[in-house]
Amino acid sequence: MSTLTATTTAPAAVTARPRARLLQPVYLRTELRRLLRNRRTVIFTLVMPPVFFLLFGTQREYLDQSVGNGNVTAYVMISMALYGAILATTSGGASVSIERAQGWSRQLRLTPLRPAAYVLTKVAVAMVLGLASILVTLVAGLARGAEISTTALVWSVVLAWAGSAVFAAFGLFMGYLLPAENVMQVLGPVLALLSFAGGLFMPLGDGVFATIARFIPTYGLAEIVRAPLTGGDVSVWAVVNVVAWAAVFVGGAVWRFRLDTARV
Amino acid sequence: MTTTDVLPTPAPSGAVPPALELRGLRKSFTTPAGTVRAVDGLDLTIRPGEVVAFLGPNGAGKTTTIDMVLGLARPDEGSVRVLGLDPAAAIAAGRVSAVMQTGGLLKDLTVRETLALTASFFGSAHDVDDVLVRAGLTDAADRRVGSCSGGQQQRLRFGLALLPDPDLLILDEPTTGMDVGGRRDFWNAIRADAARGRTIVFATHYLEEADAYADRVVLVSHGRVVADGSAAQVKSLASGRVVSAAFRDGAPSDAALAALPGVTEVERRGERVLLRTTASDDVARHLLTRTDATEVEITALGLEDAFLALTGDTTATTTSGSTR
Repeated sequence: MSTLTATTTAPAAVTARPRARLLQPVYLRTELRRLLRNRRTVIFTLVMPPVFFLLFGTQREYLDQSVGNGNVTAYVMISMALYGAILATTSGGASVSIERAQGWSRQLRLTPLRPAAYVLTKVAVAMVLGLASILVTLVAGLARGAEISTTALVWSVVLAWAGSAVFAAFGLFMGYLLPAENVMQVLGPVLALLSFAGGLFMPLGDGVFATIARFIPTYGLAEIVRAPLTGGDVSVWAVVNVVAWAAVFVGGAVWRFRLDTARV
Repeated sequence: MTTTDVLPTPAPSGAVPPALELRGLRKSFTTPAGTVRAVDGLDLTIRPGEVVAFLGPNGAGKTTTIDMVLGLARPDEGSVRVLGLDPAAAIAAGRVSAVMQTGGLLKDLTVRETLALTASFFGSAHDVDDVLVRAGLTDAADRRVGSCSGGQQQRLRFGLALLPDPDLLILDEPTTGMDVGGRRDFWNAIRADAARGRTIVFATHYLEEADAYADRVVLVSHGRVVADGSAAQVKSLASGRVVSAAFRDGAPSDAALAALPGVTEVERRGERVLLRTTASDDVARHLLTRTDATEVEITALGLEDAFLALTGDTTATTTSGSTR
C-alpha cells in the first residue's frame, strides 16, 4: 500500500537522501557505445584528420626537410592530430545541443543524475574521442614517414590531448548557446576557419595575418603542441592565448549550463 | 483516528503527507505577444492512492503545472509539496516520476539500453526485465528507439517512469498521437499498475479518458481548478441540454428567460434564443404554453460541449500543437 510506504519512508528520505555519484560508469559506457554508432562523428573525427595528413603532409620534400627534432611530415602530423583532437572534443561537447533539442536533458532531470555528472560524462567521452583521433593520425603519420624523437612525440601528444580540453569547453558553450539540432554543421567550418587563421594548418610568417593569429583560439595551442618537435621556445603570447580562451570558454559553458539547469 | 488501526505505529492524522499539495500556484511566461498567465492561483491536494485526471483544454496550464510539480520550472508564487518533500528531493529519492508527452529519448539506443541506463541513475538494482514485461516491451527490447512506433516509445517512457518504483506517477497527455489500439494497450498497462495502489495523476484533454480511468477528475481552465470531484459528478455538472426557439414578435427579456427552470445560459442568435438548461422539458413546456415561441428544438450536449461549457473556453477545439 502506498499509504504505508509513505508513512515509513518519508522521514528517512528527508534526512538520508544519498547524493548521486558524479562518476557514472554505466552512463560512460553507454555514451561510448553511442559514439561508435554515430557514423558521421566517426568519419568527421577519426577519418578526416588522417586523410588531411596524407593529402598535405607526405610530399617528398617534407620527408627530407628538418624542423628541429623531426621532419616537416611530423610537423604536419602533429598539427593534424591537434586539429582532429579539437574537432573531436568540440563535437563531443556540442552534443549537449542535440540532447537538449531531443528533450533528453529534460528526461535526465527526472532522475537523480546530477547535472554536473551529465557534463562530466560528456567531457570524458569527448576527451576519449579526442585521444582516439590523435592516435589515428599518429599511426598514419608514423606509417608514412614522419620522423620525430620519442620524447618530442610523447610531449606533443600529451599537450595536444590536454589542450583539446579547452575545445571541449568551447563545444559545451556552443552546445548550450545555439539552439540548432545540427550545431556541428556550423562549428565544423568555424573550426576549419579558426585553424587556418590561427596558423594550425600552415605557418603564417610575420605579416598581418601572423599578428591577427595571436588572437585566434587555435594559435596558442598550435604553438605549444609543436614546441617539443621544433625545439623552439613557447612565447608568452601563446600561453596568454590558451589561458584567456580557456577562461572564456569554461566561463561561458558554466554560465549557460547554470541558466539551463535553472530553467529547462 | 480509529481504534481499529492496524499500522504498527499508529500515525496521528496528518502524519501521512498528501501525495501532492499545491497551494496558490502561479506562473507567467513572457512572450513577444505579452505576458501569459499559464497558472493562475491553482490549489490542489491529492491523497495517496488516488487516480486523478487533470482535465482541461490545450493551454489550460496543465503542462506548466506538471513542470512545477517535477521541479522543471519554478513557480512565481505558491508552494509545491510532493509526498511532503520539495520536488527536487522527491525526484532524487525516486518517489515521483513522470511520463512526458514527447521527446526525452535517445534514438540511437535500444529500448533495453535506455532502461538499463536510466536504472543505473537510480543506483539500486531495478529489474529491467520486469519493467520490460510490465510496460509491454519484451518484443521491442533490442530495437533501436528511433525505429520504435509512437506507442512503443510511449510505453518506454512509461517503463522509465516505473524504474524507481515511485509513490506518485505523473503522466502528461500520455496518449497524444496514439491510435486507438495503442491507446487501449497503454491504458491497460497503466490500469494494471494503478491496481497496485500507486498514486497516479494524468493530464488529458480527452473527457472520455478522464471518465474511463480516473477516480477523481480535476478540471482546469485558464490556470485554475474550476471543478473537482468524481468523474460522475463532473459529468453531471456538465450535463444539460440546449432548448432553442424562435420568437417572431420579439423574445422575452434575458432576465425573464434566465429565470426559467434550470437555465444557466442565455444566448441570442438573430430571432432564435438558445437556453442551456438542466430542466429542458420544463423549459420547453413553458415556452410552448406560455409564450409565442415557435420551432422549439431540444438538443443534448455532447461530451465535448459539456467540457467546453465547464471550462468556458470556446477555443479549445481549435487550438492544437504545443500545450505549454
